[in-house]
Amino acid sequence: MISYSTFRIAAQNGTITTTDSTRQVVSEIEKQKHLNAFLTVCESEALAQAATSDKHFATGSPRLLEGMVIALKDNISTKGIRTTCASKMLENFVPVYNATVVDRMNAHGGIIVGKTNLDEFAMGSSNENSAFGAVEHPLGDNLVPGGSSGGSTVAVAAGLVHVALGSDTGGSVRQPAALCGVVGFKPTYGRISRYGLVAFASSLDQIGILASDVSTTARFFDAISGIDERDSTTAELPATQSLAMIEQPLLRSFTVAVLPDSELAGCDADVLKVYYSRLEILRQNGATIIPAEIPGSTAWIPTYYILATAEASSNLARFDGVRYGFRATVGDDDEDAMIVRSRTQGFGAEVKRRIMLGTYVLSSGYYDAYYRKAQKARRLVLNGYNDVFTKADILFLPTTPTPAFKRGEKTADPVAMYLSDYFTVSANLAGIPAISIPAGTSSEGLPIGMQLQAKSFDDERLLYFAHHFYQLFN
Amino acid sequence: MKNDYEAVVGLEVHIQLLTNTKAFCSCTTKFGTSPNMNTCPVCLGHPGALPTLNKSVVDYAITLGLATGCEIRPFSIFSRKNYFYPDLPKGYQISQYEDPICYDGALEIELAEGQKRIGITRIHIEEDAGKSIHDVDIDTLVDLNRSGVALLEIVSEPDIRSAQEAYQYLMQIRQIVMYLGICDGNLEEGSLRCDANISVRKRGTEKFGTRTEVKNLNSFRNVERAIEYEINRQIELIESGGTIVQHTMLWDATVHETKVMRTKEKAHDYRYFPEPDLVGVSVSEEWMQQIRQRLPELPLARKQRFIEQFGLPKYDAGILVDEQSLGDYFESVVSKLSGKTEESYKLVSNWLMTEVMRILSERKIPASEFELPAEFIAELVDLLVTNTISSKIAKEIFPQLLTSNKSPIELVKEQGLAQISDEKLIESLVKDILSQNSENVEKYKAGKSNLFGFFVSQVLKQTEGKANPKIVTEILNRELNNN
Repeated sequence: MISYSTFRIAAQNGTITTTDSTRQVVSEIEKQKHLNAFLTVCESEALAQAATSDKHFATGSPRLLEGMVIALKDNISTKGIRTTCASKMLENFVPVYNATVVDRMNAHGGIIVGKTNLDEFAMGSSNENSAFGAVEHPLGDNLVPGGSSGGSTVAVAAGLVHVALGSDTGGSVRQPAALCGVVGFKPTYGRISRYGLVAFASSLDQIGILASDVSTTARFFDAISGIDERDSTTAELPATQSLAMIEQPLLRSFTVAVLPDSELAGCDADVLKVYYSRLEILRQNGATIIPAEIPGSTAWIPTYYILATAEASSNLARFDGVRYGFRATVGDDDEDAMIVRSRTQGFGAEVKRRIMLGTYVLSSGYYDAYYRKAQKARRLVLNGYNDVFTKADILFLPTTPTPAFKRGEKTADPVAMYLSDYFTVSANLAGIPAISIPAGTSSEGLPIGMQLQAKSFDDERLLYFAHHFYQLFN
Repeated sequence: MKNDYEAVVGLEVHIQLLTNTKAFCSCTTKFGTSPNMNTCPVCLGHPGALPTLNKSVVDYAITLGLATGCEIRPFSIFSRKNYFYPDLPKGYQISQYEDPICYDGALEIELAEGQKRIGITRIHIEEDAGKSIHDVDIDTLVDLNRSGVALLEIVSEPDIRSAQEAYQYLMQIRQIVMYLGICDGNLEEGSLRCDANISVRKRGTEKFGTRTEVKNLNSFRNVERAIEYEINRQIELIESGGTIVQHTMLWDATVHETKVMRTKEKAHDYRYFPEPDLVGVSVSEEWMQQIRQRLPELPLARKQRFIEQFGLPKYDAGILVDEQSLGDYFESVVSKLSGKTEESYKLVSNWLMTEVMRILSERKIPASEFELPAEFIAELVDLLVTNTISSKIAKEIFPQLLTSNKSPIELVKEQGLAQISDEKLIESLVKDILSQNSENVEKYKAGKSNLFGFFVSQVLKQTEGKANPKIVTEILNRELNNN
């Protein structure tokens, strides 16, 4: 598929129409059905939008996202279009309202072609936890695409859409982006409205963007970012202006912080090779490399899994079979039993595991030992990052310890699976922006991603550096 | 035996706030619409919907906090109270747990032996759940119109020592929230709800006994009865060698008993934690100052003032301040009196407590909706005090004030109802009556003194009730007893 910037010029010149491009996308999605990236394709809605886009192009007034073909992770609410969260619980659930991001991309001329597969309720790192089957890595070979935004990532990696939205609670956009070789951006917490994103862990969740280049990412970010009165946790800031900024030439000198080598011990040799070689490229291009000390990194994963599961146990309480979603057969017993049965049958194993973990860490007698302690640890992570960013523009680190792994490889060992988030969760704990960009390949030809992190609300500068690093690396 | 024990009671009172919209969404709070009509994705708990705080809820919380002498926390946060219930759409209630917005207050209650101070531990903001309707044949039905309506929970210190004190405390809260205009105070319809924590201990001991919580106290009468019942039940149980178990009890108003609703083992673990979907509430000094300036005079202070300023009996003052607009009406009438004397004030009070309140209760309206201008009552009382009309005439023209839209002075003039106080005229009338009834005069002088009333009534009859009875009496006395 041609890049969005190429498409946009062609459409402005009248050599291509949005309607044709959308038709082509829909038929390509059909051809690539084996990837299982899409759960719903909304052809008629997309074609209606495309006709409007064609008018805008014809009259010379294209909007910011005019004709851009978009896929949405199926945990983002779309009015009148099924939103399943890849759960049996919401298999037939049709929302009555649009997420704020959906309204905004519609207003900018974006075209939503479908809803993508994910780990159930965004809980997973391999997209094996979907109630509607796993997503395939575009390279096949029984590899996982990563998760939980596996479907969105594969839709971009396989060239089915220009851009896809995912959600990133502990790395769910960046990790699959690294495994599939695309750009995955998690903005600062509060920079994109969460209204309409089905919550997994509210204080960590952030809608993120998947695209094949940074420029499309920046364009899309500018269209959907900014304060939303329906989400009180959004920052009181207008939409970003990153598209103009990223094109400015790279600074002659800048400072890049790196983790101590001991922190990278668990990484695959191929990942380390790419990491060190890319660091050398940065050094040659004006980077001063300084060490970053973020205390308690061994506590990142436990801290994250305590807080995320605690919030999840509460966020998922609304799925009780009473008002919407899956309801188990009503027996002769009371409503409580109906609720228990609906949840037992409606949720998958990983979701249940996390609800139970979260319920446990919040329960009386354990709250102080787990939840409260994790909150303290979270503050330490934040303080550590604040310290790093007083000295450095960017923290540079691998996105994942390994390239894509095989299906079934980690399903029996949840902790091993959770550790694949080792380098991503801290950005969510601190709320800072982070982006994974393709940086090389393994000896087996698998994509390897590197991550850039910056201080809160420095999203535009982060995209600027990412744009230049991407060009230096590829 | 009963006197050896002392009850220790604390109340948790929920008040439903009169905000136009719900606590965390913009749905209306108006009643009377069909079930589930006043709902949106937020209060239905739809996936992905987020709460946003209605600022007037915080305004009301600060108002009540200041009115009850609470400290107001400059920064407080919301928490989630987690439990499953079919009418709780999100599976949690947004509430405040650690660090509520108001804390450490108190209010005074009036008892026969004087005033007593009841401490207020905390006041916090929370949202209401929906309603489950079980009494249908097929199924349980759920109405979520109430889901998300703003509540304040007021938690008292365990300072209450009897059912009567609990009753007075609740009455005082009701009066205050109605004065503040933040709640309609209707216990029967659930806009004011009350749970009681009750324990007993031997007099003179410090340690609290094991407490039970009694729920479903849905009328003032039931509050008193249920607490009384539970205190006695606990005393009898202890005296008969039993021990109190920490249960949650339900008051059954049909058989007048408390029954076990939940045992301690089955008590909910609410798993409170900070609500991540909302930011904290900051209360600035200016905001508090603005609210402080708008605070009305509270009922107890007003009652005290009515006693001191107008010389009213305690009883009158209590009745007049009970409903805020009746007190307002009283003050309005008083401000329009020509003669500002305690005699007039008491007359105004009498008129309000009898004629006016009778009409208000017949029509079931508050004094604020009573159409009779305060000037009319003031004029009526002025006419009475200056002896221009008799109280008999006053009672007669009162109904006409309501129907004719004419002032008392106009009616008196029009119908020639002014009292005759001309002594010469009355003297000649008296003389006429006495000479026409010489036989009775003889009898009176012979000792039949009860005939005096007969002569009075004859004079009044002659003047169609307009002769000033006081003057008639004086002249009759002179004429009959001095000749």
